[in-house]
Amino acid sequence: MNIPRLDRRALLKRSAAAAGAGLLAGCDRLSNARWFRRTLETGEDANLFVQRLLLSPAKLAPEYSEAEISPWFKPNGSTDPSDKSYKAMAKKNFADWRLEIGGLVDHPLKLSLTDLRSMPARTQITRHDCVEGWTCIGKWTGVPLSELLKKAGLKPQARYIVFHCADVMEGAGSDDDEDDDESKPEGRSASGAQNTAQQNDESDQPEAKPVYYYESIDLEDAFHAQTILAYEMNGAPLPIPHGAPLRLRLERALGYKMAKYVMRIEVVDDYRTFGNGKGGYWEDRGYDWYAGI
Amino acid sequence: MSELTDANNPPALRRSAPDVAIVERRRWFFRHPAAIRVTHWINALCFILLLLSGYQIFNAHPALYWGIASDFEHPLLAMNSPNSFLSEPRGVTTILGHSFDTTGVLGLSYDAQGQAQTRGFPNWLTIPSSQELATGRRWHFFFAWLFVLNGLAYILYGFFSRQLLWRIIPARDQIRGFWASVREHLTLHFPQGDEAKRYNVIQKLTYLVVIFILLPLQILTGLAMSPGMDTAFHFILPLFGGRQSARTIHFISAHLLVAFLIVHVVMVVVSGFWNNMRSMVTGWFVIQKETLDEHPSA
Repeated sequence: MNIPRLDRRALLKRSAAAAGAGLLAGCDRLSNARWFRRTLETGEDANLFVQRLLLSPAKLAPEYSEAEISPWFKPNGSTDPSDKSYKAMAKKNFADWRLEIGGLVDHPLKLSLTDLRSMPARTQITRHDCVEGWTCIGKWTGVPLSELLKKAGLKPQARYIVFHCADVMEGAGSDDDEDDDESKPEGRSASGAQNTAQQNDESDQPEAKPVYYYESIDLEDAFHAQTILAYEMNGAPLPIPHGAPLRLRLERALGYKMAKYVMRIEVVDDYRTFGNGKGGYWEDRGYDWYAGI
Repeated sequence: MSELTDANNPPALRRSAPDVAIVERRRWFFRHPAAIRVTHWINALCFILLLLSGYQIFNAHPALYWGIASDFEHPLLAMNSPNSFLSEPRGVTTILGHSFDTTGVLGLSYDAQGQAQTRGFPNWLTIPSSQELATGRRWHFFFAWLFVLNGLAYILYGFFSRQLLWRIIPARDQIRGFWASVREHLTLHFPQGDEAKRYNVIQKLTYLVVIFILLPLQILTGLAMSPGMDTAFHFILPLFGGRQSARTIHFISAHLLVAFLIVHVVMVVVSGFWNNMRSMVTGWFVIQKETLDEHPSA
């Protein structure tokens, strides 16, 4: 205890700095340890459990007034899919586009935009909360997903709805993925998780087949009144940067759950057979399957 | 508080010869029960991890806004690195329209190899250190749960054991002596003897604000950012004027807590580092008897 005051202070400072560096290095190592990631994921399990407890099917996400609609709605992720057949359909204003509904249904469907527009519609002005932290408000019009599922008729084994999209996220070959980087920091930030979690998968298949965006939701979300497949945004046909011709709106979740450029809806009993098995493109890259928070 | 009076008047320490007075002026006082110590350190760990994983999450969109939605043209605060082909890229932080060069720390910083990175907070302030929003969120939510459960345990224990009462509610005489206590603090003169057994009025008020205002505010503004929670409880968002305001308040309140933490640690160091640390680890705190008490003639 006879250490001079100054030395003691220096010692404290140095040990604090060392502790800080050690803490961060330790956290990085833990982030990559499988058992620790699994432990952290219990936080997600708890979020899902508690939110499902609190959210009865009748509870609606807050809706807003016309005056509150964002003058500019930030397009994020894919903003102009490079897929050839998509581009061909876009050229003809999606006249040839058909929404396929299949999987565990009694009556597989193929619906055109005109078919969808003739079905019951719902319009809602809602918040779009991105996982990155920003918020925009938009007005959406579309068919409630429940209407489509009732029309197709679910088989008893049906548990999840999988949305297959036209936007290629990886392995699109010559396509201009790089140009989009500015508009999708989400992509940039997720690539880190990919490096740690999916490193092996990635290196195994360098120029593998293209990875399309996909998402999955459970029946509780699928039958929620505000869960619609929107073909209109702010009173006009859904623009391409926002997912034309059809995108999912899932108002109690974050933006990445709301698949854009929806081509096919597949009703399944388990989503683990798709992609890397986590239920969605971003989920396969470390994001939570339940995106209510 | 029976251990307090027991430790206060052990007969053996009563009267003493002057040459052993130094030894006997130290009095042991059991200050922190185990439940307080354990919850304190869990809370400390959670706070640091929540802050650093919070910076990771913030970095995914390093800008703050007011209101329901983001007005991308008019952020309250933004950290970025404007494109510049003529000169070295700089890190710029803009607060309410005023820009500051924060190269190296905010907006643009350097990785271990000295490579410039465009990011809000630098890699030595984020968990994980590389840009990984998904992993940062996992850390944040896991430790948010631990923080909330630990906080509830602390409050329940503190309430039923009456520990909270003497810890954070100022006594009547303390309120009267408020300004004297402020003066003491500013001159770094801390109460000795019996007075050191209780927290002074500024400490109590600070803990009161931290425990019952800032920390609950962090939880509530955190939940306000969740589209699921907003649906479950429609009253949360209007409290803060919208989701982007809630995010901004979450950020500001986090830094008020950082300010508290800094003052807290400085006070721990200047008011007797080893004594304070020992008391928060073992529970035992040493009180130095006032010199005047021992030697009235001196």
